[in-house]
Amino acid sequence: MSGVSGRSGVVVAGVGMHPWGKWGRSFVEYGVHAARRALADAGVAWADVDLVVGGETVRNGYAGYVAGSTFAQALGWNGARVATSYAACATGAQAIDTARARILAGLSDVALVVGADTTPKGFLKPNAGERWDDPDWLRFRVLGMTNPMYFALYARRRMDLYGATSEDFAAVKVKNARHGLANDNARYRKEVSVEDVLASAVVSDPLHLLDICATSDGAAAVVLVSDACAARLGLADPVRVAAVSTVTPTYPQAVIDMPLLATDSTAAVAAGERTFKESIGAAAYEEAGIGPEDVDVAEVYDLSTALELDWMEDLGLCARGEAESLLRAGETTIGGRIPVNPSGGLACFGEAVPAQAIAQVCELAWQLRGQATGRQVEGARVGVTANQGLFGHGSSVVLVR
Amino acid sequence: MTSSPPATPVVEGWFTDGAEPALIAARCTACGDLVFPPTAAAACRNPRCAGEEHEAVALSRRGRVWSCTDAQYQPPAPYVAPQTEGEPWRPFALAAVELPEGLVVLGQVADGFGVGDLRVDSEVELVVEVLHVDESGPRTTYRWKPVAS
Ligand SMILES: [Zn+2]
Repeated sequence: MSGVSGRSGVVVAGVGMHPWGKWGRSFVEYGVHAARRALADAGVAWADVDLVVGGETVRNGYAGYVAGSTFAQALGWNGARVATSYAACATGAQAIDTARARILAGLSDVALVVGADTTPKGFLKPNAGERWDDPDWLRFRVLGMTNPMYFALYARRRMDLYGATSEDFAAVKVKNARHGLANDNARYRKEVSVEDVLASAVVSDPLHLLDICATSDGAAAVVLVSDACAARLGLADPVRVAAVSTVTPTYPQAVIDMPLLATDSTAAVAAGERTFKESIGAAAYEEAGIGPEDVDVAEVYDLSTALELDWMEDLGLCARGEAESLLRAGETTIGGRIPVNPSGGLACFGEAVPAQAIAQVCELAWQLRGQATGRQVEGARVGVTANQGLFGHGSSVVLVR
Repeated sequence: MTSSPPATPVVEGWFTDGAEPALIAARCTACGDLVFPPTAAAACRNPRCAGEEHEAVALSRRGRVWSCTDAQYQPPAPYVAPQTEGEPWRPFALAAVELPEGLVVLGQVADGFGVGDLRVDSEVELVVEVLHVDESGPRTTYRWKPVAS
């Protein structure tokens, strides 16, 4: 849309990905692949990058803890400044925010942001060892509480409060599977029916196996540049970063959140006007100077099918309890009023933690440039992402063109 | 014949046992903020409170279901299965329960009950049951039991 200025000063010059899958190779290899694609897309030489920011991966040893320098070395030391971010599932957005802040401060002209992961099979589980003071360890030992069980709590609540059905949740998967069919970077590119979802095993009532996203290998990268650099590159009408929200919760956080065993209490202070997830989107809109009514396309974190419905409401794309009616009316399908997850979402990708929030930004960049072949949201000019991780992390990025 | 070792809580200080068991929260002596599981930290989590002292208080034994689910596959370690070797693992239910003190606490649902026995806003009561048996003997935990209406 026109009339949206956002906060200018940071341009998305290039984006690139390594396809998601279970490739069983090093995360470094995926990261370098994505980085080179993003650099080529931007028309920027690696030698000219003055800042590299890596998204940390915690399951790949020391090289993963210092991902920024690991990627820099693999691309060939070029003397760039370096940073590495970790914010659980919001890692990629925090890495983008770090690069954006240095560009806005005038300390960087050309920044490369890379996130990549190689993941184990099955449930994500805590690191080994006994840690009686670590909630992420305690929730498994005392409760047997896996990530899908948290997703299932939110899903059950939608059913009891808003009349959501298992068929509604399945319809999210059906929609996203169709969206992802033409996406070369998606891991799963296959039509799925409501019956397929309902026939898959129940993992945690009411969620079936096909309601829950897998873990994947993959990598995503973006090249962010200053206005001056964008002009030098001759980028006309580029995609801009209008906002990156990485707000933490406001006390008391009254909605149960992974991996905690309880919420804050409202004994001393009443719960605020907004939930944590609502505040993530609200801060992004405020920073971009737009409202949810300006959004043309959204990439939201569908760790489960039901969570996509929660996010639509958390982002203000519809009123509380109305996500199912939008879904049923086809309004969140490409061609509808507000297409959600045109990339196919986590349903088609599976989660590659440090890469996923960057992948959301890559998809929006392609959508806003009109280059999302086979899944284009026609005329999209404003896109928003939403993402949430453990321990009070979350993110929302607004891109405009 | 040797007597079996006595049951001990899986975590010390989280709940009381006996006829009327209850969860133990840490209450800030300055502002009254409640924290469960009880924190060992001195500083209050209320950002507007400079309190540096907590006292142990019992929480209400009854609350209302915020939501519930179950585990139909065995969770990974450090979860410890309650069954002895050779016995099949059994799914268990779990509820998030809103207490009158204004916090939601996750807990397993009492033995013999499942998600079919619960819905959002139904009433539950705290009980203490054996979670699993380890080298020190039976380890107990708090659980939520549906209140017959
Ligand atoms: Zn206090």
